[in-house]
Amino acid sequence: MKMSNENPMEALHQASAPEEVAPTHAVRVPPPATTAKSLRAGDKDQKAANGKIVVNDLNFFYGKHQALHSISLQIPEKHVTAFIGPSGCGKSTILRTFNRIYELYPDQYATGEVLLDGENILSRKYDLNLLRSKIGMVFQKPTPFPMSIYDNIAFGVKLYERLSRRRMDERVEWALHKAALWDEVKDKLRQDGTQLSGGQQQRLCIARGIAVQPEVLLLDEPASALDPISTLKIEELIDELKADYTIVIVTHNMQQAARVSDHTAFMYLGKLIEFDETEVIFTNPSRKETEDYITGRYG
Amino acid sequence: MPGRGGHVREDKNMTTQKLPPHISKQFDNELENIRSQVMAMGGLVEQQLTLALKALTDGDIELAESVISNERQVNTYEVNIDEECTRILARRQPAARDLRLVMAVGKTITDLERIGDEAEKIAKMAIDLANRHAMKPYYTGISAMGNLVRAMVHEALDAFARMDTQAALVTAGKEPESDDQYAALLRQLITYMMEDPRSITSALDAVWVARAMERIGDHARNMCEYIIYFVEGKDVRHISLEQMEKEVNAPR
Repeated sequence: MKMSNENPMEALHQASAPEEVAPTHAVRVPPPATTAKSLRAGDKDQKAANGKIVVNDLNFFYGKHQALHSISLQIPEKHVTAFIGPSGCGKSTILRTFNRIYELYPDQYATGEVLLDGENILSRKYDLNLLRSKIGMVFQKPTPFPMSIYDNIAFGVKLYERLSRRRMDERVEWALHKAALWDEVKDKLRQDGTQLSGGQQQRLCIARGIAVQPEVLLLDEPASALDPISTLKIEELIDELKADYTIVIVTHNMQQAARVSDHTAFMYLGKLIEFDETEVIFTNPSRKETEDYITGRYG
Repeated sequence: MPGRGGHVREDKNMTTQKLPPHISKQFDNELENIRSQVMAMGGLVEQQLTLALKALTDGDIELAESVISNERQVNTYEVNIDEECTRILARRQPAARDLRLVMAVGKTITDLERIGDEAEKIAKMAIDLANRHAMKPYYTGISAMGNLVRAMVHEALDAFARMDTQAALVTAGKEPESDDQYAALLRQLITYMMEDPRSITSALDAVWVARAMERIGDHARNMCEYIIYFVEGKDVRHISLEQMEKEVNAPR
């Protein structure tokens, strides 16, 4: 794995040289060979009960239109939380508030609190770069950068950390292993990322997301554009990743939510209707609206 | 959901509310179909039990033989409904109450099939006893117990048709009574055997009949538990009747 010096990323790396290299990041790199399963038994259970993200009375507006109405819930650490609901229910909007991506649009704003480890990330004081380093996002359509597979992953890492060539190689390999893509691309790391299959591209995006070692991973319909086998690979990956990350997934596919998530939130018309353990939601929900939706009835 | 019975409490939340139909009408039809198939199977099983008990008390060998030959129909129902449940699970991936219905139906038909087996056993014993010209006194306790468990099966099926948890609770509550009657019958039959060793063969047949009826009471109670599972989403197996009642009447 050798990087050429005319790599455009090198230039970018020089330019943005980030001062705030989170020190914890460097130490937390597990060796690439370590599988998620072997890590799972450790500190996971102790943290299980904690709300990694605590949402208090969250409202969201697209201009005059209110898309979220007083949402409050706690997203447990190192678990998978799924948001389900019909189109326009606000499930993607809530994901967009978790990394403040809405700030790119002038007339969109949120009120209320989203606490990440107790700190309100909606506050202007909360550094956006720090937030994005802690909360990664993967979108519905695979969005590989038009550059090599290696650089796709190294790109994001360089925004937050200055790593030696060797450490960067390790990090890229680790992320690709984590995303269950390493075996398929290890011989063509210089190949353009956009030439991979859709399923591989999506796993590349997940690798890119976890390479910066965030704490939370937001997945917005990560498998809806993929074939069933690629979908299962992504789902398997989610199961592996929850040993280390808090995962929030938005999906139209209810069976997918039932398969991968520990907790499920059902949203309807911008309101949180029901939030419970996934098993309860899919076998014995307590709200009629939830029941009608998951059993496919007319509301 | 058919039939809001008089026992059904309307204040209960969505479990007793009329649900809107599925967007897929065919799915509605499939679920309705397995329900009506269970009722048809239940009707047949109930009839088998009634005829087996009648063959026993009347010493009617011909009737007993017809019960034995009809047993195959019960098995066919079980296999067909089971296949249909599997098909629904595979094709529809039902959730919530739909899933609970399919699971409850799958279990209910197992218990119904077992009741059918027990009815067949009773019919076989009826033939043995008739051939030996067994004495009438054996049958007094047996027909009382027979009436009890037959009523339990009937009520369990009725509660299933209306998905009525209160009726299911009442019926499940009769199961200890069938246990008591079984114990009393056993004592009575043992007395006969001690009094007259020549009666042992016939008395043992009567013991097997009593045992079969006791099992039928258990199966009827199981069916009631599946009704509660379907309606309330609560697993009330292997708990006392008092606890069961608490579970059903507790707010969800």
